[in-house]
Amino acid sequence: MSQSDKSEAQLARETWRVSRKRRSTITAILSTLGFAVVAWLLLVNTPGWSRVQTSFFDWDTAVKAFPRVLDGLWLNLRVLVFASISVLVFALLLALLTTLRNPILTPLRLLAKGYIDLFRGLPLIITLYLVGFGIPGLRIEGLGRIAPEILGTIALTLTYSAYVAEVFRAGIESIHPSQRLAARSLGLSYGQSVRLVVLPQAIRKVVPPLMNDFVALQKDVGLISVLGAVDAVRGAQIEVAHFANFTPYIIAGLFFVLLAIPTVRLTDWLAARMAKREQMGTVL
Amino acid sequence: MTEIDWSKPRLLAKNIRKNFDDRQVLKGVDLEVYPGQIVALIGSSGSGKSTMLRCLNLVEELSDGQIWLDGDEISRPGINEDEVRANVGLVFQSYNLFAHLSILENVKLALKVVQKKSDREATEIALGWLDRIGLADKANQFPDKLSGGQQQRTAIVRAVALNPKLLLLDEVTSALDPELSGEVLELIRDLKNAGTTIVMATHELGFAREVADWVIFLDQGVIAEEGEAEEFFSRPKTARAKEFLARVI
Repeated sequence: MSQSDKSEAQLARETWRVSRKRRSTITAILSTLGFAVVAWLLLVNTPGWSRVQTSFFDWDTAVKAFPRVLDGLWLNLRVLVFASISVLVFALLLALLTTLRNPILTPLRLLAKGYIDLFRGLPLIITLYLVGFGIPGLRIEGLGRIAPEILGTIALTLTYSAYVAEVFRAGIESIHPSQRLAARSLGLSYGQSVRLVVLPQAIRKVVPPLMNDFVALQKDVGLISVLGAVDAVRGAQIEVAHFANFTPYIIAGLFFVLLAIPTVRLTDWLAARMAKREQMGTVL
Repeated sequence: MTEIDWSKPRLLAKNIRKNFDDRQVLKGVDLEVYPGQIVALIGSSGSGKSTMLRCLNLVEELSDGQIWLDGDEISRPGINEDEVRANVGLVFQSYNLFAHLSILENVKLALKVVQKKSDREATEIALGWLDRIGLADKANQFPDKLSGGQQQRTAIVRAVALNPKLLLLDEVTSALDPELSGEVLELIRDLKNAGTTIVMATHELGFAREVADWVIFLDQGVIAEEGEAEEFFSRPKTARAKEFLARVI
């Protein structure tokens, strides 16, 4: 529609809307600036600020510690990749076990349920200690010395699988029973209807919550340092001891934040896109 | 039009009972359907029509009674129920197309997975049916992009493509406006003319009167009256049926 077609009333409405929008933008900028200035002033006026500044934000230390922390991050990334893959596989298996209805398989279902309860409740740090010091303590023949990063990956997988299994289970249960009913009425077996009808729809639905757990895992890979793996956190710790300055922790922290931001944005984008589709009635 | 073959029943159901916990939904229903026959199940909501159809497709477990398909008892213990279900098509009021598959893939799925047809053969059969309902050009669209009538016709074709011995239609037009129901009813007329044996639960009494050979009036889980369609609609015998028809028409 061209400008000239619009009625007086519509033009007046549009002018009003534009002025409203301008006003709220200006308000947002001013209030953000005001808030930042107040926060900054409060911080620099604390009695110990100058000491904190030199011991946490020292440029020279940052430059010198950078390579070792970055090196450690590479280990975190490798652990992240292996842990993510094994979590996805193991969690999906657990979720499927909890949805089993065949009475012969009841022990398996109960086992999966018990597993999920146990590892959702157990603090990750305790799982790390149990796996990290318990498995080597078994002195299994021919296994030799297992690298701490591998033990850490195992511990992370054990804990995260319990959470992710619940996400998958929720996804499976969110698919309306009529989809499975339709599949069964066409002659598909229970397994076929789960594999070909329920799971593909369930997995699509749980992508945003899965990404959320992935973000959590991204930073929890830093905990493998407690087992002695020289990752970004441990690397930073070594440099902290060396320079008697806490700046390397800030560097490691920034690395983890930078790692998380793309995933977080992608998750938001995916969730928004799905919400939009759902409002259009796309996902049944 | 094909004739009904009266020599032996396609479907025979005796004393079908179904309880949900303490509630008796079906209290001993008998049914006989002959090849090429169209049977309409009518009755108010909650009379047991849908439950009856689900029992016949074995997606609902019987509480009592027996069912034979072409003389073979399909309610016997240990029967391969998946195989039976592919032979007894069931179409739902809410279409229930698979949301993650195109309509072509919807029709192909059971052809490939249940009937073990090759991808090429399944595609050929599915496209043939979609063409017949005028949706071949939309074959790669997802269900949510189609109108209710188009979705329901796809759902019917998805069942019919398996070449079932019996087709069960559960209120297939109840969620559609009159124009879209018209498209679906047209397809059912076509299927009748092709000799498909159908049992349909329906609220479309006018349509039931037109296409059905036999009408069964269910009331509170029992057959209150049954008869030839024309006879039933013009001269109902029981007070309950008279009351129902007076209320609905």
